[in-house]
Amino acid sequence: MASILAVDDSASMRKMVSFTLRAAGYEVEEAVDGVDALEKAQARKFDCVVTDVNMPNKDGITLIRDLRALPDYKFIPMLMLTTESGIEKKQEGKAAGATGWMVKPFNPDQLLKTLLKVLG
Amino acid sequence: MSIDMSQFHQVFFEECFEGLEAMESGLLTLDMGAIDSEIINTIFRGAHSIKGGSGTFGFTIVADYTHIMETLLDEMRDGRRQVTQPAVDVLLGSVDCLREMLTAIQNERVVDDVSVAKHKTALEIVLNGGSMEKESVSPVEPEWASVDAVVNIAPDIIEEKSVELAEQGWKIAFCPYLDLLKTGNDPVRLFRELNQLGELTTIANIQDVPGFYEIDPEECNISWDLKVSGDISEDEIREIFNWVEGDCEMDIQSLAKVVKPAPVIKKVDPEPSPVSTPNNPVQKLVEVKPKVVAEAKKADAQDSVNETAKTTVKASSIRVDTDKIDTLINMVGEVVITQSMLGLVGENFTMDKVGQLKRGLAQLERHTRDLQQSVMNIRMLPISFVFSRFPRLVHDISNKLDKKIVLKLVGENTEVDKAVVELINDPLVHLIRNSLDHGIEMPADRVAAGKSETGTIELKAYHRGGHIVIEIIDDGRGLDKDKFLAKAVEKGLIEENNLLTEKQIFELIFMPGFSTAEQLTDISGRGVGMDVVRRNIQSLGGNIEIISELGKGTTIAIHLPLTLAILDGQSVAVGDETYIVPLMSIIESINITERMLNKVAGKGETFRLRNEYLPVIRMRGIFNVHSGNPTKPKEGVLVVVEGQGELCCLLVDELLGQQQVVIKSLEANYRRVEGVSGATILGDGSVALILDVPGLVRFSIR
Repeated sequence: MASILAVDDSASMRKMVSFTLRAAGYEVEEAVDGVDALEKAQARKFDCVVTDVNMPNKDGITLIRDLRALPDYKFIPMLMLTTESGIEKKQEGKAAGATGWMVKPFNPDQLLKTLLKVLG
Repeated sequence: MSIDMSQFHQVFFEECFEGLEAMESGLLTLDMGAIDSEIINTIFRGAHSIKGGSGTFGFTIVADYTHIMETLLDEMRDGRRQVTQPAVDVLLGSVDCLREMLTAIQNERVVDDVSVAKHKTALEIVLNGGSMEKESVSPVEPEWASVDAVVNIAPDIIEEKSVELAEQGWKIAFCPYLDLLKTGNDPVRLFRELNQLGELTTIANIQDVPGFYEIDPEECNISWDLKVSGDISEDEIREIFNWVEGDCEMDIQSLAKVVKPAPVIKKVDPEPSPVSTPNNPVQKLVEVKPKVVAEAKKADAQDSVNETAKTTVKASSIRVDTDKIDTLINMVGEVVITQSMLGLVGENFTMDKVGQLKRGLAQLERHTRDLQQSVMNIRMLPISFVFSRFPRLVHDISNKLDKKIVLKLVGENTEVDKAVVELINDPLVHLIRNSLDHGIEMPADRVAAGKSETGTIELKAYHRGGHIVIEIIDDGRGLDKDKFLAKAVEKGLIEENNLLTEKQIFELIFMPGFSTAEQLTDISGRGVGMDVVRRNIQSLGGNIEIISELGKGTTIAIHLPLTLAILDGQSVAVGDETYIVPLMSIIESINITERMLNKVAGKGETFRLRNEYLPVIRMRGIFNVHSGNPTKPKEGVLVVVEGQGELCCLLVDELLGQQQVVIKSLEANYRRVEGVSGATILGDGSVALILDVPGLVRFSIR
């Protein structure tokens, strides 16, 4: 089963996302912000990255930009979880290399459905 | 698959309350007018996380509210809006309001809708630049997420409304830009999804693919003509291509030749679709709200305040630093290793293994001690848990009183037992209110007294010995001794012409029924007197003292034990008995002979220590011990102890060892005994009394 890196500074969201994904059989590793995520992503290769946008230390968009620069993550699907539904953030995210986005509030089923979309 | 979301609620609430605290302290440090984007960003992030979480967990009323806050903060962050005092005050009010809402939801109580509406209106007024006109702009507006959630994420929802049915299917010209792949998107994935909607046929146009030597495999050079047949709405198709908008050119035409003029290259978001589908979040919000409104009136604001206070006390979970847990696990590992080592020694024990056995036991002792230390550490929390509430208190009250007051926090990271953290809050609130109300003068009075206009209250915590000391220092008007005396006489608490030391006069404030304020205000004097404060602190095993100078200010010092369960003790022998002296109260111990003591007529014995005469208490005498050596030992050990700032000497037979003892209450098992604070059980099973040093010192002074 695919491995997923779940990045969110909010513990409850992180727990929710990882619990949902684990229950669906994915292998999940959690990271608390962009810096943590980048470190973990370099230590091993994940099949997909799901990240919050607004985080301390390093935000999700910068994280995606940094990850895309790594050879291992050139074509890996990366999803942004965001409450900022404005087109601005989405464009910014896309410009940084995000594959797609999910707008909070979302429920576990939506999360799984979206992941199925990118991971098959 | 369905997942029980309620299992994440506890974490979510904890996180929210932490976030609110961070927002609050951020708001309090914001400088008016200046744009400190880092602080604003922190505050924004707090609101943002709460909004995201509450939306996800279905607390729509919270999500709505935070949305307005977020909008306001976003404008401040971008510099589009000035940071003004009224705006900050409204935001602070909102933080309170959110806290109440979340507390209500957490305790499954009804949210106080009236209070929420009030705060929300205030926020909206600020957001709309102070005019009431746009007040009707309700945060319920779907603009912020719901529409997107529907359009992007949940095809099943859209299916139900099927705006525009095509009879047979769609023809799609899909021409990706070269760098489509670089966002992790993959045409194959899109086709897979289209295939799930209906039967898909694809024709790839490869005329633009370069020759083998020029080809860059990271670029997408192929374009496709697609055909999906079936009963599919255009929105469903667009939803699939949602993520690649802007990365491709696309033309969607109905096979049924439903009029679709001119190819559309989508560069904008899908139009907001009507938001009336049953599963729609907005709809949910509408459903939830009336319930809330209906019952809201039952809960008044006071209720929720009480609830907040209650939850802080009864919260039984504790957040522990992972470092502490790692240490603990490490220690357990060590103990297990030692245990198995001892097991090996014991299996085939011969006398030549005694050395090995002793080493093992010594190791076990060390590890057990470390283990105990680590376990106790888990209960230790930084005092900032309590202190962090005070900037807000000071801010609000000084505003109310028209005083200018700065609160300085020192030593917030000082760690203290969780039980102490929980119980010290109320006394501290009372003391700080007192300082604000009675201590610090009005700005004009301060200037007249030659002080700076702004008063300072310093809240300070530090460790001293086995104690934590918390000091509340203000530079206000100080306590008036004469007024104190007069008041005490008037209230009949003391007799006239009673000669009291300065310290004793200040102690009067702790007597029941004593209050110096000419007028009780709603800030201080809420029916809780200083006598209650002192009783609370004493029940924690601590004490409180006041130092004050008229016109200069007042310092209130609270001494508390670090933990309520374990004590570092020095065992001393008196005859056949063993007593425990708390290690932290011992200054030094001296071997003496009888001749070194001075008898003072009518005042017992004293010992001259470096030019200071200290009272001596013979332990044999005070505890009626007759066993062992004769009652008048030629030699003994003087233990110099300190209690409440006074020194005295305890005469014991000899010092035994130092050890940590577990405190057992004497009162619970027997009754209160003067001079004894508790008891413990020694290694051999016998009971040893723990001395109450401050009590003994008081006794010696009398």
